[in-house]
Amino acid sequence: MTAVVVRPRGRFRLTHLQTLSVVVGVLGVALVGYVGPQVSADRRTFFFERPPDPLSWTFSPASIIIGIGVIYVLTAAVALLERGEPRLTRWALGVSGILFFPLAVVVSLALSDAASTNVTQLLVESLILGTPIALGSMAGLWCERSGVVNIGIEGMMLGSAGVGFVVYSQAGGANSTGWLWVAIGVSVLTGGAIAALHALMSVSFRVDQIISGVVINLLALGVTGFLRSEVIVPSGTTSGVPTKDIALPLLSSIPILGEQLFTARPIFFSMFVVVLVTWWVLFRTPFGLRVRSVGEHPHAAETVGIDVIRIRYTAVIIGGLIAGLGGAWFSMESQGGFQDNMTNGAGFIALAALIFGKWRPWTAFGGAMLFGFTRALGSRLQILGVEVGDFEIPSEFWQSLPFVVTIIVVAGLIGRAIPPAAVGKPFQRSR
Amino acid sequence: MKARDVAAELRRSLDLQPVLVPLLAIVLAFLTGALVILAIGSNPVDAYTALVRGMYGSSDRIAGSLGRSTPFIGAALAVGFAFRAGLFNIGAEGQLLVGATAAAWVGTWSSVRGLPGIVAIPVLLLAGVVAGGLYGGIPGALKARTGAHEVIVTIMLNAIALLYVRWLVSSQDPLILRDPAATVPRTSRIDDSARLPDLVSSTPLHWGFVIMVALAVLVWFLLQRTTFGFEVRTVGANADAARYAGMGVGRTIVLTMALAGAFAGLAGAGEISGTSGYLSPGVFVNIGFDSIAIALLARANPFAIIPAAILWGSMLSGAGLMQQEVGVSIDIVRIVLALVLLFVAADVIVRTVFRIRKERANALDTTDLAGGWGQT
Amino acid sequence: MPVAADAPVVLEGRKITKTFPGVIANQDVDLTLRAGEIHCLLGENGAGKSTLMNVLYGLYEPDGGEVLVRGEPVRFASSGDAIAHGIGMVHQHFQLIPTFTVAENVALGNETSRLGVLDLDATRERVRDISRRYGLAVDPDAVVGDLSVGVQQRIELIKALYRDAEILILDEPTAVLTPGEVDDFFGVVRGLVDRGKSIIFITHKLREVLAVADRITVLRAGRAVGTADPATATEQDLANLMVGRDVVFTVVKPPATPGEPVLQVADLVVTDTRGVTTVQDLDLTVRAGEIYGIAGVEGNGQRELVEAITGMRPPAAGTITLQGRDITHAGPREVADLGVGHVPEDRNRHGVVGAFSIVDNVVLNQYHKAPFSRRLLRREGPMRALASDLVEQFDVRTPGIDVPVDTLSGGNQQKVIVAREMTRYVHLLVVNQPTRGLDVGSIEFIHRRIVELRDQGVAVLLVSAELDEILSLSDRVGVLYRGRLVGEFDRADTTREHVGLLMASGGETEEVAS
Repeated sequence: MTAVVVRPRGRFRLTHLQTLSVVVGVLGVALVGYVGPQVSADRRTFFFERPPDPLSWTFSPASIIIGIGVIYVLTAAVALLERGEPRLTRWALGVSGILFFPLAVVVSLALSDAASTNVTQLLVESLILGTPIALGSMAGLWCERSGVVNIGIEGMMLGSAGVGFVVYSQAGGANSTGWLWVAIGVSVLTGGAIAALHALMSVSFRVDQIISGVVINLLALGVTGFLRSEVIVPSGTTSGVPTKDIALPLLSSIPILGEQLFTARPIFFSMFVVVLVTWWVLFRTPFGLRVRSVGEHPHAAETVGIDVIRIRYTAVIIGGLIAGLGGAWFSMESQGGFQDNMTNGAGFIALAALIFGKWRPWTAFGGAMLFGFTRALGSRLQILGVEVGDFEIPSEFWQSLPFVVTIIVVAGLIGRAIPPAAVGKPFQRSR
Repeated sequence: MKARDVAAELRRSLDLQPVLVPLLAIVLAFLTGALVILAIGSNPVDAYTALVRGMYGSSDRIAGSLGRSTPFIGAALAVGFAFRAGLFNIGAEGQLLVGATAAAWVGTWSSVRGLPGIVAIPVLLLAGVVAGGLYGGIPGALKARTGAHEVIVTIMLNAIALLYVRWLVSSQDPLILRDPAATVPRTSRIDDSARLPDLVSSTPLHWGFVIMVALAVLVWFLLQRTTFGFEVRTVGANADAARYAGMGVGRTIVLTMALAGAFAGLAGAGEISGTSGYLSPGVFVNIGFDSIAIALLARANPFAIIPAAILWGSMLSGAGLMQQEVGVSIDIVRIVLALVLLFVAADVIVRTVFRIRKERANALDTTDLAGGWGQT
Repeated sequence: MPVAADAPVVLEGRKITKTFPGVIANQDVDLTLRAGEIHCLLGENGAGKSTLMNVLYGLYEPDGGEVLVRGEPVRFASSGDAIAHGIGMVHQHFQLIPTFTVAENVALGNETSRLGVLDLDATRERVRDISRRYGLAVDPDAVVGDLSVGVQQRIELIKALYRDAEILILDEPTAVLTPGEVDDFFGVVRGLVDRGKSIIFITHKLREVLAVADRITVLRAGRAVGTADPATATEQDLANLMVGRDVVFTVVKPPATPGEPVLQVADLVVTDTRGVTTVQDLDLTVRAGEIYGIAGVEGNGQRELVEAITGMRPPAAGTITLQGRDITHAGPREVADLGVGHVPEDRNRHGVVGAFSIVDNVVLNQYHKAPFSRRLLRREGPMRALASDLVEQFDVRTPGIDVPVDTLSGGNQQKVIVAREMTRYVHLLVVNQPTRGLDVGSIEFIHRRIVELRDQGVAVLLVSAELDEILSLSDRVGVLYRGRLVGEFDRADTTREHVGLLMASGGETEEVAS
């Protein structure tokens, strides 16, 4: 029997990948035909190291833009011409996706008056700004892999940022590194405690998990606001956490990257460990198998004697501890102080990164770094001052980028993600 | 609509059982709040006494409380109405802000300036309705077409609205909506003819309050008495059955979200028209989360939203006096309000503390928000 | 091979009582299982069989009575304890995780690890070993979601054997199998007994009981109402014991007088939600005044076929016509308004809104039409009149028409749906699994109504996984296999065996043989 491919009658239909490729192709045409020829003909320079005497590369922005544009057009052509399994299309789209990062930097540099920028530093800033998002998405991963929606990551991070800083401001005062570690520990535990509340509501009381998450966000906002006005402000220590970069031995002496990437702060380094351990435990250990089984089909897990409730509690609390570490990043590593609502949506962006990463640790980490990049680029461009024609793009535009990207991500415009099957569904123990 | 039906619905919403749990949740929240006040070394009795006096201590304070409650009614209706279709609209804040911005902008049009109030006010309110409706329709359309969960989309749209409205109102080059004469960033004052009159003169209580109460009645009528309302409730209770029954589920979702946005937009426009007459950035911060709590407290019942919103607005309005007299930060009110939401959501706690048995399931219990997480 | 009456008792339930809010599921039930026997537990849907087994397996805690394993009283805190006592259970709804591999599913809960790392190699080895020993072929590295129900059932058995189960509880294991597969399965079960296992076998199918049991216990309305010896009992005895009154097996129906074609399906291709083609080049005609039954193992395209006809799923190709009118691209509302009634497969998911009253449910798909609506407003009067009328006509047992439908029993919920769909203005009635999970009384009632409707000249398309239901109701029978109609017969011209063979193989073996 010969296999007949049945085509839907009537109009010609594009597959999802083809549609995406056409969008890429249109962008390519715009780059080749309009943006490339329009940008200033002056050459620009990328630095890869800090001065003095940095490694650098000087180039003509127009030719880079046109070059990438040609690749984009080719991607669309490949997608439309390829028959059968779209292997080549996927590959071309992957390359196009990666090229988008240098493209964004080159275009914006070309549109500004600045002649050069340090791109290694941009990469490092992306990683740093992606830290809380990566930690938040790991927190979400633990919860949702066990079948509990966690929309309260924002509240867990904000709450632990606030409570940790309260400890620091009360007990430590300025310039006490020992107390800083204690305060970070308290932040982590606070995250775990808030997560325990989430587990109590959504696992034991079977409150709708989304409502439970909203309650947590609201409660964190109220409690931290109260703590700030009643405890932190009266203490006089509203900022000034002594944040010092640590140079990792060996790694920091790697040429070019080492000095900039491996000389940084502790929570930043711990992020990589958290992602690695999360992946290892969830996908390589018996406990991880159980967590995932509970998120996919809790009743099946129950019939082989697994205590679903206990696993869910454990996973949600582990997630909370990670979110707590993310919270500590805000008040004790990044800003060195506490302001109301200082997480400013990072918890929700972390959720978007999780969905973007299709509930897998490394891809979720990649998603977090994408958001880190939009933030880092945004603040870089704000400094460079990018102009389109006579119109200087306002800072609000750059600040809104991560939010817009999040909507695009959750709307599935880069492919539909399949969540753990039992996520969001309360489990009723058979007894 | 027969008066008898309204009376029956009112009686149902005032039935003791459904009211008992929220009331006890409020009591429990205040008790817990008292512990927090004790912990910082203040006297909770003094604090709460000052709070209540701040809320209802004089006719001016009552008017102030009701005035503060006005936008909460509309915003909570935006949340509660969407709830009935199984949608969690966290975007009331953004929708309200967009509606307010549209009203503030239309109010400064030269063509509106000459119009009599009877025309100018509806035009202004309509601008808010349309803008809020469009902004609310976006998450609805994305949900219907791509399955994007409305919770994330509306949160993101809140942040986006906040940023761009701030830009529109504060940008000096180019000058967009900013009043060039003002020292702080705000829009130009709208024309007097487009201002909603005060209900009690020279208090914050304006005709917007009456409009919001009327809106609650309208939402109730829409849900209970129209075929569209039946579609909304069916989609909320069982979307698969709605699809089987031939209802346009996507269309219902888009329309519900657009209407919810329109309610919030109306509330925003009413505030511009009824209070200051101009828009400052950051004026509606937190109203979105507050309205969620109000809608949950009222169990998405349009009539019950009115007293719940009044409680909320009054507490926020009265907290200032508490801070002045007793020195307890107004943030304690936020904690108490969050606890109210906690105890209402996890009603098991209240039932356990006060030993109340489970009542019959209501609309909120059957709404499955988390079940649709990340799926179409 | 008869088991000696003095063989030791390995599992015993004494005076087991289990209640759920409002329902007594088991009342003082006694049950003993002897070593090396197959003990059949017979009862109709809702008799409390699964509840009793879940008690023995430690999933439910009994409210009264005790469980003894090899004479020792035990208290199970979870099914883990039951497993530790050598009890294994194959559930009616498979408890497998579709995204996991076979080895991961088998290992789950009993994982082996090396230095903290999950070690699946040992599991794979044992799965292969058990496969060989009991003739249960599976690939340990296959992803479960890709496997057929027959293979999934084998995995469930392997899961129990992997945990060294000596006592196996099989809950309705044949429900998903074709007649031929059932015979093979009985072979596997006998092989297990020969190797010393003891088995409780749950079913509501009388034929199977007599074929496989060493001993029979009948459960009715939560009570053990009697035991029977398979050597002497007849199907009729067992049926009367199971239902508690004389049961007529055959549906009384006059010969059909088919008229004009009502539904015509040509070259239909339908894909499922994942994009897999599940209905392939299907042609079908249903005429007025006949019942056309579609037989087939579940998952062979029935769901997508019904959804395509009723407008819930747009077909990928082909045409569907209703009384000469093209409805290929019509939506559910248009199809319903043209006179197609649809009793859906999953009543809780599609058929009713559980939180709504009977009134709202009887107008679920006609609320927008006169007399139930006027100028976009609802009219309560006509709705309530209809609800009262249907409750009366269809004998729906309910305290009133305003109670939420989910407070009714499954049989009464189904009656609400059937009432709504049959009393609308219909030319074609599509019924999918109309009696699943219902008690015998409701089944009889619904069957009678379907035949009555046929006699009024309505075309009926009946889809059911219960071969007996198809054979007793249909005037014509089509067999669906992997999305194709592999056979179509007048009921009188075919036999149970022939249809069963087509269901299992699609007729491929026949072609090879001829």
